[in-house]
Amino acid sequence: MGSSCPEVSQPRPRTACRTGPRRPCRISGGIAAAGRPGARGETPGPSGGSVAVSPESPMDSRMDPAVSAVRLTVREAVHTLSSSEDGDRILSTLGSLKRYLGGAENPALPGEQEEFARMHFSALLRCLVGRLSPAWLELLPGGQLEAPWASFFLEGPADQAFLVLMESIEGMAGPSFRLMKMVQLLAQFLGAGRVAAVMESQCWQLAEPAFPLLQETLLAKLVGLPDHLGNRLQRENLAAFLPQNYFPLLGEELLRVLQAVVDSLRGGWDCSISFLSQVLGKACVHGRQKEILGVLVPQLMALTQGNCLWQRVCWRLVECVPDRAMEALLTGLVEAASGPEVLSRLLGNLVMKSKKARFVMTRKILFLQYRYSTPMLQSLLGYLAMDSQRRPLLVQALKELLETWGSSSAIRHAPLPQQRYVSKAVLICLANLREAELRDSRDELLASLMAGVKSRLDSSLPAVRRLGMIVAEVASARIHPEGPPLRFQYEDDELSRELLALVAAQPVADSPSEASPAVAPVAAEAPDRGSTEGGGIPAQAEGAGSDLDSDDDLVPYDMSGDQELKSSKAPAYLRDCVEALTSSEDWERWEAALQAVEGLIVRSPAATREVSVELAKVLLHLEEKTSVVGFEVLRQRALVAVVVTDPAPVAEYLTSQFYAINFSLRQRMDILDVLTLAAQELSRPGRLPKAAQVGSPSPASPSSSTEAPAWRVVVEERIRNKTRRFSQHFDRPLVTFDLLGEDQLVLGRLAHTLGAMMYLAVNTTVAVPMGKALLEFVWTLRFHGDAYVRQGLLSAVSAVLLSVPTARLLTDLPDELLEAGPWLADVAEQDSDEDCRVLAVKALLLLEKLKDTLLPLTPP
Amino acid sequence: MEKMTAPPPNMAASPLPPPDPCFVLRGAQSAVHALHFFGGAQGQVHPLLLSGSLSGLVHIWSLQTRRAVATLDGHGGQCVTWLQTLPQGRQLLSQGRDLKLCLWDLAEGRNTVVDSVPLESMGFCRSSILAGGQERWMLAMPGRGNDEVQILEMPSKTSVCTLKPEADAKPGMPMCLELWQADSSPRPLLLAGYEDGSVALWDVSERKVCSRVACHTEPVMGFDFDSQKARGVSGSAEKALAVWSLDEQQALQMCRTHELTNPGIADVKIRPDRKILATAGWDHRVRVFHWRTMKPLAVLSFHSATIHCVAFATDGLLAAGSGDQRISIWSLYPISTDSSTPLLGHTEGGELPEVPGPWSLHFLHKAGFLS
Repeated sequence: MGSSCPEVSQPRPRTACRTGPRRPCRISGGIAAAGRPGARGETPGPSGGSVAVSPESPMDSRMDPAVSAVRLTVREAVHTLSSSEDGDRILSTLGSLKRYLGGAENPALPGEQEEFARMHFSALLRCLVGRLSPAWLELLPGGQLEAPWASFFLEGPADQAFLVLMESIEGMAGPSFRLMKMVQLLAQFLGAGRVAAVMESQCWQLAEPAFPLLQETLLAKLVGLPDHLGNRLQRENLAAFLPQNYFPLLGEELLRVLQAVVDSLRGGWDCSISFLSQVLGKACVHGRQKEILGVLVPQLMALTQGNCLWQRVCWRLVECVPDRAMEALLTGLVEAASGPEVLSRLLGNLVMKSKKARFVMTRKILFLQYRYSTPMLQSLLGYLAMDSQRRPLLVQALKELLETWGSSSAIRHAPLPQQRYVSKAVLICLANLREAELRDSRDELLASLMAGVKSRLDSSLPAVRRLGMIVAEVASARIHPEGPPLRFQYEDDELSRELLALVAAQPVADSPSEASPAVAPVAAEAPDRGSTEGGGIPAQAEGAGSDLDSDDDLVPYDMSGDQELKSSKAPAYLRDCVEALTSSEDWERWEAALQAVEGLIVRSPAATREVSVELAKVLLHLEEKTSVVGFEVLRQRALVAVVVTDPAPVAEYLTSQFYAINFSLRQRMDILDVLTLAAQELSRPGRLPKAAQVGSPSPASPSSSTEAPAWRVVVEERIRNKTRRFSQHFDRPLVTFDLLGEDQLVLGRLAHTLGAMMYLAVNTTVAVPMGKALLEFVWTLRFHGDAYVRQGLLSAVSAVLLSVPTARLLTDLPDELLEAGPWLADVAEQDSDEDCRVLAVKALLLLEKLKDTLLPLTPP
Repeated sequence: MEKMTAPPPNMAASPLPPPDPCFVLRGAQSAVHALHFFGGAQGQVHPLLLSGSLSGLVHIWSLQTRRAVATLDGHGGQCVTWLQTLPQGRQLLSQGRDLKLCLWDLAEGRNTVVDSVPLESMGFCRSSILAGGQERWMLAMPGRGNDEVQILEMPSKTSVCTLKPEADAKPGMPMCLELWQADSSPRPLLLAGYEDGSVALWDVSERKVCSRVACHTEPVMGFDFDSQKARGVSGSAEKALAVWSLDEQQALQMCRTHELTNPGIADVKIRPDRKILATAGWDHRVRVFHWRTMKPLAVLSFHSATIHCVAFATDGLLAAGSGDQRISIWSLYPISTDSSTPLLGHTEGGELPEVPGPWSLHFLHKAGFLS
């Protein structure tokens, strides 16, 4: 059996299958030689209910004695069976018919058997089904009739028996004795392993396209059995027909047929397994990959280990799966296979042969879906990497992945989990590729990588930036190892560790790949070796203790806190402090001043008020001249303290500066942060009593909240101006800085800040106009392309709903709310960003709650 | 080498955070300038801590109740710079900036000045005594002349001699003194730190300088001398500690200097078991060093003002008095009770940092602080 393709070479009679897997080989040769090749396959014989082929027609032309004899006998028997009420006679008739099934003590001639099976068997079965009733079975006592009756279904040609069984079960109306009998018979049929016989019967149909209609019916019935029976039997369904039981059974039967196929191939017989592929594919399309592959894959894994014949059968099985089922099967396989080597053994070079498979493996799973787990990605990409023929696909996949990873449109519109998925795929590709391969397409890869890094770092979502940094570091090190290493500052977290672990397992060394078409098990060991090498570097624990004085019994404490003392240089008065910060060339003094300034502000509010704006200006423009620990925090806290101490003028100053030209991104963000934090401090009554007391002669405790609106009005005024400005110059860049263009990060932060202020302005009189203006602001920007901006807008809407009193919302802002509803619903449903969707849902809930509270107020 | 291959687990780990004080004594109500542990060794279970303050008061603290049990007012509101108890009887010497050395009788709950010695120097120099078990003892204090040291025999207050440097030496004022006696000879010796940063060894009976070594470029602010190892350590206004030694020919030699992070050491004390030493820093921190190797062991930051003085109790407790009016008490590197088994100290030292809380309780129990 030299040919690699288990296709036709010798015709084979289909009766062969009826008594089990080993029989056909014995019989087939003789019958084929008997000179009746023309008879084969033209006759469907068993026309199932839906297959309307007349059994008689093809035979009429050449009657021969054997045929007519069989016909006569069967006709008589059927007559007897359908009319007789005499139990003994029926029994003997059944016995005589049994001769044609073989296996009895005096079996009929092979020619007669074949004729019977082809022409008369299903008619007989239908007749038997028709006669079935309690009374008929009791014609002979002790159920003597039932066993011979059932034996026709269980021993006769399995495909016909199966079709008749299914047809009769479907055709019967309502629960009845006959239905239950048939169902039990079907369960027996399944239990006896006859499903394997059904499928096997189709494997020998080689020459002809063998009645596509019949095969299709069989296929539909085989795979749809749980559905059909579930529909028919409803609550009385048997456990054997439940999908979770049936499909594993189908898997086992499939395996038995495959075993038979392998055996016969070994014996030199060819056969076709396309029907098996179809069954497998259809089961997968029905979404039963887990059940059927859960049985198949482990077994196939073991059987294909070092067995070329099994491997070939397995490859052929997958190849023959129809295109429409390919995706379902492949995803199921990738999921069930425990690693690239197993996958490679099961699939062979499928991706090179089947276009559809290539599409699924290199595009669909990678780009169009993102639900698969990391191990799945690893086995998929590892599979591509395991054979020299497939490696170009991997390189191609990496190029495309990197392109997608770096496309600014994808970054903007793809959901975050997908971006994470693509990043993982990129890293796995990198881990699987060798340096030489990467070198060949370095320019292209670097170009898309750099473009991607740029657009990712531009993003205002931290998670996107982070992905950019991690992937860029790893990828640049792999693609351009001799270049200067790229290093970003990001904190370790679960994601970064997971991603880095993906590349930690280095690919095999740059040796030329193993001998050509890769006998899988040989290649299979390579990644294992690589991963153990990568992980197994022992930590150098010994060296750590050597700098400790080993002959000493006194262990030193941590002395890192022992730094030079600078307190002596700290200014004691605020004016000195301002002076030190602006003009001091003594850096120690400057640092000491920075560290002291917040304390000085809090301690002497009166002095602060004298220089508040000047101080704010100094702090805002302060640059980090020396590497002071926590510079940002110190400056921010000082600024917040200034704002809290003297809100009105300082807040006005800061808000005016926000739109000024000569500021860096950082400074603008700082302004927003400071305003938010200060608003938070001010909105907490009882906090900072000193500031409140001196602030106004009015009663102490409410003063902080009466004071707050004063500067909020100022902020608000600015916002309103801006809002108008936005709406007026919507299509023109702003004069000051490009808030609507490149500076989307600032815009997003602005939206968040306004939302926070709105929230903190609860219970103030200014809340209503503020909310109105804010909703207008939100409305103009609602379709902004940046997810961070949209998040800010959505939280601002929620803040308005929370802070403005319900009654005022309805009287003052009804139109805005009415407009906001559909927009929120739309975002909640369709936005690509998950956080946006969540925020929109929250805002919607608040809106709903608002409606609920209003209903009792307005009784009909 | 063996130890290196198998270091104890806690040594390989990152160093432990510096400890916190065991407890803090508040209530001196002015800067603390002198500290002295009293008792504890002989008979008395709970030692007392004496502190002298800027406002001229001497507080006696119980380390058990952590309260002041008595306050002595004998210096007319002037700063108390030195406190010392006499081995026999319950007598206390206090030196004040009111130019008086007072001798107090503390026995049986009394607290009266029984005697006083007039001082003739306005300097900051602390005095020193040499007292065996006998009735008579020796007192060294700054003398009338700017650079003189006066030796008195007590309690008769008889002037024994005046130690005056040679005319061309010009060491400046004495800043700190220590009288001692070598085991080999009965002749009293005096170590004196001077304003020019030098330390000199005087033979009191011969009234001459045996040896002198320049340790610092700034005035010596404090030193301590380990007569067993014949080694001393001194601190000054500058940024370094100096370690010097005395050889058989009674010649002082510089051994090494140790750089500090911040300048200014007000006081140096070696623990009675000669294992560690502590310095009082102008940078508000107490530094602890290994005495033999001078390896830094800990930097204790708790105070918020200059530390003026440190003191060790015989059981190993460390006290530090600061300008922030507080006295902090620390317990570090417990003294091994049996010196022949140094391993004991090792293991306890190893355990201490891991469970500082329970350990210090345990220690206090052992030392009899808690009952």
